[in-house]
Amino acid sequence: MSEWLTAIFISPFLDMASGPIFFAEVVISGLLAGVMYSMVALGFVLIFKASGVFNFSQGVMVLFAALTLVGLMERGVPLWLALLLTVAVMITLAYAIERVMLRQLVNQDPFTLLMATIGLNFFLEGTGELLWGSNVKKLDVGIPEDSLEVAGMLLNKFDLIAAVIAAVLVTVLAVLSQKTKIGRALRAVADDHQAATAVGIPLTTIWVTVWAVSGIVALVAGIMWGAKSGVQFSLSLIALKALPVLILGGLTSIPGAIVGGLIIGVGEKVAEVYWGPVLGGAIENWFAYVLAMVFLMFRPHGLFGEEIIERV
Amino acid sequence: MIYRETGQFKTSYRSDQSIFPIVQDRWAIYLMVAVAYLIIPFAANEYWLQAILIPFLIFTMAALGLNLLTGYAGQLSLGTGGFMAVGAYAAYKLTTMFPAVPMPLVFLAAGLVTAVVGIVFGLPSLRIKGLYLAVATLAAQFFLIWLFNRVGWFYNYNPSGTITAPPRTFLGIMVTGPEATAPVRYLVCLTFVAVFALLAKNMVRSEIGRTWMAIRDMDIAAEIIGIRPLTTKLSAFAISSFYCGVSGALFLFLYLGSIETQAFDITVSFEVLFMVIIGGMGSILGSFIGAGFISLMPILLTNAPHWIGLEMPVDLAKELEAIIFGGLIIFFLIVEPHGLARLWQIGKEKLRRWPFPY
Amino acid sequence: MRRQNIKVLMNVWVAVGLFMALAVTPVLAQDEQFIPLLVYRTGPYAPNGIPTANGYIDYLKLLQARDGGINGVPVKWEECETKYNTKIGVECYEKLKKGAAVINPYSTGITYQLLPKAPVDQVPIHSMGYGRTAAADGRIFKWAFNFPTTYWSQASAFVKYVGEQEGGMDKLKDKKIALVYHNSPYGKEPIPTLTILAEKFGYDLKLLAVDHPGQEQKATWLQVRRYRPDWIFLWGWGVMNQVAIKEAASINFPMDHFIGVWWSGSESDVVPAGEGAKGYKAGNFHGVGSGFGVHAEILKHVYNGDETAAEGNNFGEVLYNRGLINAVYDTEAIRTAMGKYGNGVMSGEQVRWGLEHLDLTEARLKALGLEGYAQPLKVTCEDHEGNGPVFIQQWDGQKWSKVSDWISPMREVVRPQIENAAAEYAKENNITPRDCASEG
Repeated sequence: MSEWLTAIFISPFLDMASGPIFFAEVVISGLLAGVMYSMVALGFVLIFKASGVFNFSQGVMVLFAALTLVGLMERGVPLWLALLLTVAVMITLAYAIERVMLRQLVNQDPFTLLMATIGLNFFLEGTGELLWGSNVKKLDVGIPEDSLEVAGMLLNKFDLIAAVIAAVLVTVLAVLSQKTKIGRALRAVADDHQAATAVGIPLTTIWVTVWAVSGIVALVAGIMWGAKSGVQFSLSLIALKALPVLILGGLTSIPGAIVGGLIIGVGEKVAEVYWGPVLGGAIENWFAYVLAMVFLMFRPHGLFGEEIIERV
Repeated sequence: MIYRETGQFKTSYRSDQSIFPIVQDRWAIYLMVAVAYLIIPFAANEYWLQAILIPFLIFTMAALGLNLLTGYAGQLSLGTGGFMAVGAYAAYKLTTMFPAVPMPLVFLAAGLVTAVVGIVFGLPSLRIKGLYLAVATLAAQFFLIWLFNRVGWFYNYNPSGTITAPPRTFLGIMVTGPEATAPVRYLVCLTFVAVFALLAKNMVRSEIGRTWMAIRDMDIAAEIIGIRPLTTKLSAFAISSFYCGVSGALFLFLYLGSIETQAFDITVSFEVLFMVIIGGMGSILGSFIGAGFISLMPILLTNAPHWIGLEMPVDLAKELEAIIFGGLIIFFLIVEPHGLARLWQIGKEKLRRWPFPY
Repeated sequence: MRRQNIKVLMNVWVAVGLFMALAVTPVLAQDEQFIPLLVYRTGPYAPNGIPTANGYIDYLKLLQARDGGINGVPVKWEECETKYNTKIGVECYEKLKKGAAVINPYSTGITYQLLPKAPVDQVPIHSMGYGRTAAADGRIFKWAFNFPTTYWSQASAFVKYVGEQEGGMDKLKDKKIALVYHNSPYGKEPIPTLTILAEKFGYDLKLLAVDHPGQEQKATWLQVRRYRPDWIFLWGWGVMNQVAIKEAASINFPMDHFIGVWWSGSESDVVPAGEGAKGYKAGNFHGVGSGFGVHAEILKHVYNGDETAAEGNNFGEVLYNRGLINAVYDTEAIRTAMGKYGNGVMSGEQVRWGLEHLDLTEARLKALGLEGYAQPLKVTCEDHEGNGPVFIQQWDGQKWSKVSDWISPMREVVRPQIENAAAEYAKENNITPRDCASEG
């Protein structure tokens, strides 16, 4: 028993101290992995913020976007054109979703909207597979994938570039949201739907915009993850990994998605490498949720989430 | 015209408070129960029993449990799969440790174990609300599955890591194991579901149901009028987990016969949640309808081309099935956002007035 | 608007009700040998399911086209899509089990499901190289067969290969072997065998579990980097394979010391890693490539010489060849049964006898165009595994090729394990072991 207690409470820290460079490598890998999770979480946040819908189909949208891109490239379309076409497809998809689904379900309660996105999930799954097939497809967008040695740590170039891309994406989104007219409109809608319509902001246009932007974010996430594992069905399961990030950061906060991702990424990796062996391995998944839960106990709306004020 | 209640007067509080006050309803239920018990076991072939009716009943039970927690008490839970796993493993351990105990008792005991686990994982609900509560139950889901994979005691140190339902008899008839015939297993499932659905219906109409609904609708106001959030929320978790645990035990012993932890992973949790939402949250009938829709519609859609003589490659059929299934969900939600049970209620209302428009 | 919707809905439900009233059984002619096929052409494992199904079906098509069936009895098959999901697999089985000659569950979950049902429904199960390894003990698992070889045998063969590569089994003493495995019963299969062998030969074994689905494995490979093993065994499935191979390449691990199980060694597993996957090895138990006699026959009779069409159907790929040999075993078993019971449609019980008395000699393999593709195999009442040998194949960036000889598993280690596991199962489920000597 005492052996087990030592293994849980003391050895991992001794381990970390005795190999500081490796520990740094674990932390940095965790940060990079976390950034990848954040990219998926961003899509959820955007949609939830502006339309109050928890988009269950975000994972499948990542897959669908990646499939479309790869499918087009396989048919000989050059990369830049394929990217443009895929963006166009995602925008059309957003328009169709708004028209067919969201417009009919205005003002319904969140569970109904969630279920509608679940229906969308199945629909996109079947459509993606039908159009582009079920084989694993290699996604090569020209990003180097080898590793480089930095101060005794082995860091993967691809992960570093993904982190940079994510940073650029968040900056662009932040700038768009703060400085442009449509960004202001988005923030207004997120704050209060009715007040926004009262000042003349067209809800339907905002929703199409938000779903389209979320679709583009899904495309970027799809490219990053798809390059790592090949574009295949399992890509849609990444959304599950993004859930604790979302919850920890707060469902309505873009910076929350990033910070949450970093925390979860580091937490997961450190736990798995240092506590994993004692507990038999593969503790990453539940540890992420437990970590999120612990944070939530202190801040029930996530780190940066909007605090819901309840009145009787 | 058929469904009118004119002439049906109640002369006692007791009859006024019955679950089915309209005589036609009551006879319809009696008829359905009679058909379910007396006709189906003999008329249905093994495919129908094994692949359609038994899973439908088992998922109805799980959906009932989740509906009590999410629909009536308003606590979102995504740990249904994990709780079902607890029920299945608990039943397995109990029956392998005490082979002489009759199976129904084993199932109930498994449910009790799950109720305790449910209470433990329901504790965060006292601090976290709404969509964020899903994280606690998700932690439960992933942790429990990991636990059952990792700790050998749960699967009796079997090198394969799976658990197989040992053959057991009850009242002289083989109820579990490969020798148990499909009609017998179906009847056991049906009995459990019927009894527990009745219990659930009565629970939601009584004080405990009302405290749940009060917490769901406005928990601060409920607390002000004296409803204790601690006991209410935890009782919701406990009872809901009991139902999920029993359904998990039934899943192992009466349906699949042999499971690995993958059988209870997160997709099951999502599936049961879908059943609850599309069936109608806060509705017992909704649990039945939702379970029927989510578990049977895919089978219907897969086999439909074959029945109408349209031969198509199986992968195309499966993809179309996903597309149609998704489309149907969206369609039903647009038609009736409160779920299929509400549709049924509206239908009943129309029937009461038929053939008059109002 | 509401009224119209409700009306539409009522019509839909009525139609649904009518459909539901119909029974679901395949109509089959009494004079055809029926083989149901549980396939997964969609879903997360479709990249592996599609070639396997194609290989199996192409061999059946060959028999139909060239020979008119098995000894003149036409063969009929029907696919049922399981998406690799156990519940759907059960539904498919129940739908197609009537008159089925043999069932290949092609999923560990579905196999475990069907093991207790097989004796009751009288349908033999052939879980070739997967499923429950203990089924190799035919005295307890009368209706389940997993020849030509099993996971435990493969694990022992891997250790033998590593020993060989290191210059002798005694050189294993201070080597470090890491097992990266899928955190499921499938992934845990080799652990008991590898642990026993670690004690026997003195190598250090590190177990690294990867949680399903294995899309993100950074933590695992960081641990590999720290541990610096000499050899890594991969026991993965689906996306876990692709990511593992890519991660291994990115930490610059020497790929020729990285060996995957036979479900981690197909063309789709090495696709995303691209150049980095060069040198990756995997286990296999059947021919590699499309240069065998049987392939020429299939090209001629099934594709009429159209190579592009054949390649579109994964002709010659690793998993295609696996499906093919599976079909060969099953049809030869049916043929063996016909040898005893006469040329006609064989029942499940008869096919079971055929499977148990299957004796594929070198000569017969040659006649089938399978020389070098598979090893001679003899199944007996006690041994449903056939103790089949395994070899190692390697990816060179373009294709897989055989790079080792056929390696016999360490039967003296594996067989006692199998018998123990089977005995435990028998005890738990009240099964009396058969007496093979007294049976025919």
